[in-house]
Amino acid sequence: MIDKTILYKCAEAEIVVSKYLGFDVVLKNRVTKGYRLRKINDILIATRTREEAKLMSEARQSGVCVPIIYDVDLQKGVITMSYVKGKRVKDILNNLSEDERKKLCIKIGESIGNLHKNDIIHGDITTSNMILLDDMIYFIDFGLGEINNEIEAKGVDLHVLTEAIESTHFKYSNCFEYVLEGYRKIYGKDSNKIILKIDEIVRRGRYR
Amino acid sequence: MICLGIEGTAHSICVGIVKEKNNRCIVLSNIIKIYKPEKGGIHPREAANHHATYIADLIKDSFKQSGVDTGDVDLVSFSKGPGLGPCLRTAATAARALSLTINKPILGVNHCVAHLEIGRGTLKDCIDPVLLYTSGANTQVIAFAEGRYRVFGETLDVGIGNCLDKFGRIANLSFPCGPKIEQLALNAKKYIDLPYSIKGMDIAFSGLLTAAETFYKKGEKLEDICFSIQETAFAALTEITERAMAHTEKKQVLLAGGVAANKRLCNMVNTMAKEREASFFVPEKTLCIDNGAMIAWLGVLMYNNGVRMKVENSFINQRFRTDMVDVTWRD
Repeated sequence: MIDKTILYKCAEAEIVVSKYLGFDVVLKNRVTKGYRLRKINDILIATRTREEAKLMSEARQSGVCVPIIYDVDLQKGVITMSYVKGKRVKDILNNLSEDERKKLCIKIGESIGNLHKNDIIHGDITTSNMILLDDMIYFIDFGLGEINNEIEAKGVDLHVLTEAIESTHFKYSNCFEYVLEGYRKIYGKDSNKIILKIDEIVRRGRYR
Repeated sequence: MICLGIEGTAHSICVGIVKEKNNRCIVLSNIIKIYKPEKGGIHPREAANHHATYIADLIKDSFKQSGVDTGDVDLVSFSKGPGLGPCLRTAATAARALSLTINKPILGVNHCVAHLEIGRGTLKDCIDPVLLYTSGANTQVIAFAEGRYRVFGETLDVGIGNCLDKFGRIANLSFPCGPKIEQLALNAKKYIDLPYSIKGMDIAFSGLLTAAETFYKKGEKLEDICFSIQETAFAALTEITERAMAHTEKKQVLLAGGVAANKRLCNMVNTMAKEREASFFVPEKTLCIDNGAMIAWLGVLMYNNGVRMKVENSFINQRFRTDMVDVTWRD
C-alpha cells in the first residue's frame, strides 16, 4: 500500500484507492470529526466499522452484491475492500429509458427484498449507495445498518429510499413502485405489512 | 418594491417591512412579539388570543419604525403554513384586513422556505446553501434541486426544539428551555452516553429524550445531562447536514430557526463546514427566529415572479410542506 489517491470524500469517511496483495482496492477510512466529542467519535467509528464489515459479509451470504472485504481495522476505522469500478445509480437513473429504469428499479427491489428477508437493515438506502457494474447492483455503505427482524426497521429502511427518490429523482417518483414490485417478489407474502408500515411512518412525520 | 409581512405560525406574532433593491433584501422594520405561557407548552388558542391582542399595535408600530407610509406598501404577505391553525388564522385575518384597507394585493407564503430565503436575501455570498432548519416544531435539512426546495432529511418524531422543551419541562425549566439548557451545559463535568439515532439523512430524538429523562430520575446531575443532550443531538444534526451536503454536492450551509441561536450548534456546524472547505452562514438572531421580515421578503420574491392570490383564496394550510412550493424565482 504505497500510492494513495482519494477517490471520494463522503460525509463520514474518505474513500482511498489503493493496492492490496496485487488487487485494486478501496480503503474506507472513517475520519474523526472535529465537531463531535472525542468519546462520541470513538464509539461511532468503532461500532459503524464493525457493523459495516459484519453486514457486508451477511449481505454477500444472502446473495446481494457487495464489495469483497480484505481487511478490517477497528482501531483506525478502516475497511479494505475490492474496488467496484461501476457507475453510481444516482448518476445514471435519470438518464435511462423508461424500460431500462423499470428493470433497474425492480432489480434494486429484489436486492433489498433479499437483505430484508435475512433481517439485514442497510440503514442508508439511497441511489448514491448503489453501484451498477456488469448488470449487477452492488450495495455499499452499510455503516448505519443493523440486524433487525422488526417490520418497523424494514419500513424505515425503505422510507429512506422513498425520500432519496423524491429529492433526487423526483421526476421519476414511479421508480419506487417498481422497487416495491421487485421487493414483493422476493420478500413474499409479508411484504404488504412492511409496505403499509411505510405509510404509517410517513404519516408520523411532520405535516403529513 | 416594499412589502409588509405578517408571521404567526406558532408562539410569535411578528410584523416586518422590507424593501427590495437590486434583488437584495433591506429590512426596514422587524417587530417580534413572543407569547410565553406561564407554565407548560403553547396552548394554540391562547397563543392565538395573544396574537389577536397585539397584532393591530404591531402593524402600527412597524409603520412608525420603518418610516413607511401605508400608501408606500406594494404587497401584504402572511405565513400560510405550516403551523398551529388558530395562530395561522389570526395572522391571515390581520393580513386580509390590512390588504383590503390599504387596497394592496395579498400573498400567503411558506414559513420554512421564508427561513431559507431571508438568509439568501440578506447575507452576502449566500447563494445556494443546504439549510439546517431547527426550531421548536421543525427540524429539516433542505436544499434546492430543480425547481423546488426539497427535504433531504428531517426528524421522524419531534423537532429538536420540542425535544429540548420536553426535557426542560421534566427538569422544571421554564419555556423556552433551549437557552437554559445551553447555560447549564457550560458547567458540565462529564458526558453521559445517550442514543445517537440517525436513519439515512433522517433523525429521531424520542430515544434520546427517554434516556435523558431516565438519567435525570436516577439522579444524574442536570448540568451533565444538558451537556450530553446537546453534544449528542447537535452532533447528529450536524452529521445529517453534512450527509445532505455530500449528497447534493453543495458547498454552503445555512442555519435558521430558534435553535440556531444556540452557540454550540453554530460552532459544530461551522467546524463541519471548515473541515469540508464549505462556507457557513447564519443570519442575525432577529432574522433567524420566527419573524415578519422573512415572510415579507418571500412575498417580494414570489410576487415579482408572477405569483398572485385573491383575498377569497388566501387560505391557510397547517400542513404546508416545504416541497409543495414551486420555486419559480430561482434557476
